[in-house]
Amino acid sequence: MTTKTYQLETLSCPSCVAKIEGMLKKTKGISESEVLFNTSRVRASFDEAELSSDQIKKNIADLGFVVLNEK
Amino acid sequence: MASFISLVLGRSGSKKGRLILSGIVSLIALGFKIALKDNHENGYHLITIILMILATGISGLPIMARAISSLRYKIVAIDLLVTIAIIGAIFIGEYWEAAAVSFLFMLGEWLEARTIEKTRSSIKSLLDLAPVTARVKRNGAELEIPAEEVVIGDVIIIKPGEKIPADGKVIEGFASVNQAAITGESMPLEKELGSSVYSGTIVESGYIIIEAVKVGEDTTFAGILRLVEEAQDKKAKTQKFLERFSRYYTPGIILLSIAVYLITRDFRLALTLLVISCPGALVISAPVSIVAGIGNGAKHGVLVKGGEVMEKLGTVKAIAFDKTGTLTKGRAEVQKIQTTSALSETEILEIAAVGESFSEHPLAKAVLRMADVKLKKTDAALQLDSPENPEMIIGQGIVFGHKNTKYRIGNRSLFTSLKTQDGSNLEELLSNEESEGRTCIILGTENEVLGYLSIADEIRPEAKQIIRDLKKLGLKKIIMLTGDNEKTAQAIAKNLGLSAVHAELLPADKVDALEKIKKDYPRVAMVGDGVNDAPALAASFVGIAMGEEGSDVAMETADIVLMTSDLQKLRYAMGLSRATVKNMRQNISFALAVAAFLLAGVLIKTVNLSLGMLVHEASVILVIVNAIRLLAYKERKSFLAKG
Repeated sequence: MTTKTYQLETLSCPSCVAKIEGMLKKTKGISESEVLFNTSRVRASFDEAELSSDQIKKNIADLGFVVLNEK
Repeated sequence: MASFISLVLGRSGSKKGRLILSGIVSLIALGFKIALKDNHENGYHLITIILMILATGISGLPIMARAISSLRYKIVAIDLLVTIAIIGAIFIGEYWEAAAVSFLFMLGEWLEARTIEKTRSSIKSLLDLAPVTARVKRNGAELEIPAEEVVIGDVIIIKPGEKIPADGKVIEGFASVNQAAITGESMPLEKELGSSVYSGTIVESGYIIIEAVKVGEDTTFAGILRLVEEAQDKKAKTQKFLERFSRYYTPGIILLSIAVYLITRDFRLALTLLVISCPGALVISAPVSIVAGIGNGAKHGVLVKGGEVMEKLGTVKAIAFDKTGTLTKGRAEVQKIQTTSALSETEILEIAAVGESFSEHPLAKAVLRMADVKLKKTDAALQLDSPENPEMIIGQGIVFGHKNTKYRIGNRSLFTSLKTQDGSNLEELLSNEESEGRTCIILGTENEVLGYLSIADEIRPEAKQIIRDLKKLGLKKIIMLTGDNEKTAQAIAKNLGLSAVHAELLPADKVDALEKIKKDYPRVAMVGDGVNDAPALAASFVGIAMGEEGSDVAMETADIVLMTSDLQKLRYAMGLSRATVKNMRQNISFALAVAAFLLAGVLIKTVNLSLGMLVHEASVILVIVNAIRLLAYKERKSFLAKG
């Protein structure tokens, strides 16, 4: 199980949070996730056998959010 | 041209570029529309239609793409409402409305991102305070390294204007240090050999060499940053409610619009309803206020752990204070020297200090501290004599010789007679002192009392005023919990104007006492130093720790941490919490009012699609701007004048 934090470009609407949260919940392989509105961060715990960090970043980008970096 | 097409169709390209382009194309299209007298009734010329669809595409395509990608995860968001509205508008031939709505939505989003950054700016500026480099001495050589590479035990040199890169102790030099990064107070403090210094603070003048004690993530400053960062996203109750609400609200609006269309057969009305019902301002109202409030606090040495705490603090109805270290300075000090003989006060102090230098008792230390300050003022080189043949009488005091006289110093049980040299009534004097909450050390010879020193843990100078202000802020009950004896506690309570006092408590009793208060006042805050009050802090409605530069324990157990032992910070926190809650309420009621106003406007058909979008986006931005006001929150002048 890996946990990563992604720093996104400033999130300006709480509905963006709902969107990303919904995506993370429906993505297979992610067991726990959290979207932090005020710090514009996404925290996700996932199983690397099922999912890569790059795939998560791609999913976030597909929703229209720029991922600045990951930790 | 290729880049133009990729900008229009692709997802690449900066938002700003896209926005400007869409704006220009929209304006040109508007020009044609006016020149050719195009409108819904007359129909549109082909050139106008092409330009308007182009403008719509430039700003609208990313919105549509986002709406579709969210739909894949079965999420209905604002994007979808706007997308339906844009496509619908084109479908019914309202090309201008389509272009205007998509442009305004994008402009709004862009402005929101800009302004919302502002509400988070105090926290960002806190991050900027983190030290970057350190000048360390290793193996005799001086080298500059990144601050995070400093290890415990490193010897660090800090010159004027430089930031201290680790928590440490001064081993050489003297400097005045601005600790605003930690405490929010910009008055510089003097640091000398043995003083503690903190990472992130700045040497204003002077020069110090320190030894690193805590480095990197373990420093007080890093702890504050972590705490504030986490606090930002701990949601307030109102915020949680609004989020749940918006989850059902958006799909609900789509259903409602469909219903309106089915009933009225008015497609335009249904579309307008869709656009104006975006809950943007409402869902953003709470988080922007909270984050601005927390940011303001962090800048002023008041750490609030999250939105819920921020909401709770302002509603507190009673406060329980720990005494020692909170209402008082936490250190016994000589308050008064009284002579009952021909000796001067200075002589009494000097003889007392000679005797007490034999003792380790806290009261004795208070006498020695006083002697150190007072006697050295007149004679800097003064060395106190050692007592001759001192003898400790446990529980009573000391018998000693000094300059061929035999003295006794201690409590009244040490004296067989309380006869004073000048005939004053010692019994009466002592009982007066005791009723004021002071303890007396009596100095005398074998058969006479020469004078006494009265000692107390001094009440903080600002305490009385703060208690009065807190009452003015509407607090019903202000209570003191203390392990001290009843008499002292009562004296302090009377002096400060407290409503009640619970004395002679053990730390565990404090929790019981708090539970009792909770029966009458469920919203009771507990203020303590965070070290021995941890259980009581945890048991209270809101736990507030006052830490001298914030101890780790305090930061962990309390809901709110005041970074200096200054009670004025408590009043500040209280006021800030109320201002934040007020700001949040203003935002929520404003958002609701705008929504109701728009809805009415739509129903009586005076608000069209683009006007609806304009008002909606403007309301979101106003809500953010209102929250930014909180960053400038200051205490009311009436408080500051007296404080």
